[in-house]
Amino acid sequence: MADQKQDGTTALHLILAWGWVGIPLAWGVIQTLQNAMKLFQ
Amino acid sequence: MAYLPFLDRSHSVAGPGFSRWMVPPAALCIHLCIGQAYAFSVFNLPMTKLIGITQSAPNDWKLTELGWIFSIAIFVLGTSAAIFGRWVEEGGPRQAMFTAGLCWALGFFISAIGVYAHNLWIVYLGYGIFGGIGLGIGYISPVSTLIKWFPDRPGMATGMAIMGFGGAAFIASPLSVWLMAHYSTATHVGVAETFITLGVIYLVFMWVGAAIVRIPAPGWKPEGYTPPIVEQKLITKNDVYVYDAIKTPQFWLIWWVLCLNVTAGIGVLGQASAMSQEMFPGKVSVVAAAGFVGLLSLFNMLGRFFWASTSDYIGRKNTYICFFALGTVLYCLVPYTGSIGSVALFVLCFVIIMSMYGGGFATVPAYLKDMFGTRYVGAIHGWLITAWSAAGVFGPVLVNYIRQYQIDNGVPKAQAYNVTMFVMAGLLVIGFICNWLIKAVDQRFHMRPDHEAVRAQMAVDAAGEPAGA
Repeated sequence: MADQKQDGTTALHLILAWGWVGIPLAWGVIQTLQNAMKLFQ
Repeated sequence: MAYLPFLDRSHSVAGPGFSRWMVPPAALCIHLCIGQAYAFSVFNLPMTKLIGITQSAPNDWKLTELGWIFSIAIFVLGTSAAIFGRWVEEGGPRQAMFTAGLCWALGFFISAIGVYAHNLWIVYLGYGIFGGIGLGIGYISPVSTLIKWFPDRPGMATGMAIMGFGGAAFIASPLSVWLMAHYSTATHVGVAETFITLGVIYLVFMWVGAAIVRIPAPGWKPEGYTPPIVEQKLITKNDVYVYDAIKTPQFWLIWWVLCLNVTAGIGVLGQASAMSQEMFPGKVSVVAAAGFVGLLSLFNMLGRFFWASTSDYIGRKNTYICFFALGTVLYCLVPYTGSIGSVALFVLCFVIIMSMYGGGFATVPAYLKDMFGTRYVGAIHGWLITAWSAAGVFGPVLVNYIRQYQIDNGVPKAQAYNVTMFVMAGLLVIGFICNWLIKAVDQRFHMRPDHEAVRAQMAVDAAGEPAGA
């Protein structure tokens, strides 16, 4: 049977979940941008 | 049932109050890990010096042998996505994500043993086979779940996840380089330790995704959302069974649309560094060329989100019309940028081309959903991924061989890519025609209440366990 227990999402849940994936991705993008800038130097 | 009860589809149904915005990060947990495949080349050179350390020894592995690791993984990605697609769809996303994490991490652990024992066959088995299965299952695992949570913005939702696949190399590449530097000593290249560390990190990351993911309760829809009443010709309200979908001309036309779009992009992506230096001798240095490759990867990632989200407004067919029409013009323009020596125009052409290459990947799940419904979209997507595997072979081979043929026939290096660009433009014209021919799926393919899969699912629902598990 479907598990229909209370499953409320708080703002903290959302911040943690998005931070978990967003922080590494942002770090990687910054690293890449720094390298890409060499194309224009 | 699932091999562990908490992985069952029935245990991952969202309860009241669950926010659908928790699902994209869950999907990103998977795609940000498996997209590491794009960065595997950072291991190539260190793996040619495992014995010689500072330079390759006679018994060290050759680059040509190492190239097979990635090729096997991409081939297994396509085949496993096709083979396990139905299992992923019917067993639910949690079970699929958990399994993908296990296979992906095992791939690294087995490869570490292969590196330690200096046996390349073990690395082929590890990263190629186990890693490839993790790639295939992981790639399709969140697709239909996202589409069900975001019926109002399916392109944006799947675009977000598939953007993660494009962006994963940004994390994996510097992280791998840093780890190898950390573990290396004067007498040892730290590849095996790096594989083990990456395996542990990816396992944790992917299992967090599996824990977060939920499927919507039956009948759930976003607050305030009402499905469009006016029937749209190319958006079906019916479902097509996975094995019926692959019998339709629409599936194969989309297969060619994806294959041709990827073929044009993937060949260029692999040669971008050399091409920029050879087309602009003296103007683009090795360092600048590396920056160019980074820029292409960035636009590859951003294009996934941008174009897939745009497709929610302009339609999937029109989005691919943009890719093929604009792509053809841009490929034809590239030789001109070389002739006038404009690096800026050259870069501009390719960042747009790369955005559309990424966009092609990210828009296709929503295209499939429009044509075949949501019920088996993940499994159908799994079959479609074989187009990527095929393009992974066609693209680089086309670019490399045409360039070499030109050089062998006395064409200067700066102009050796001109014919390639026109061939790529030609491929996009064929893709344009394929996309143009796509019409709504004939209703004889639509699933009916007496369809064997519907009956099987009803029996399973009654028993509380997923079909095919």
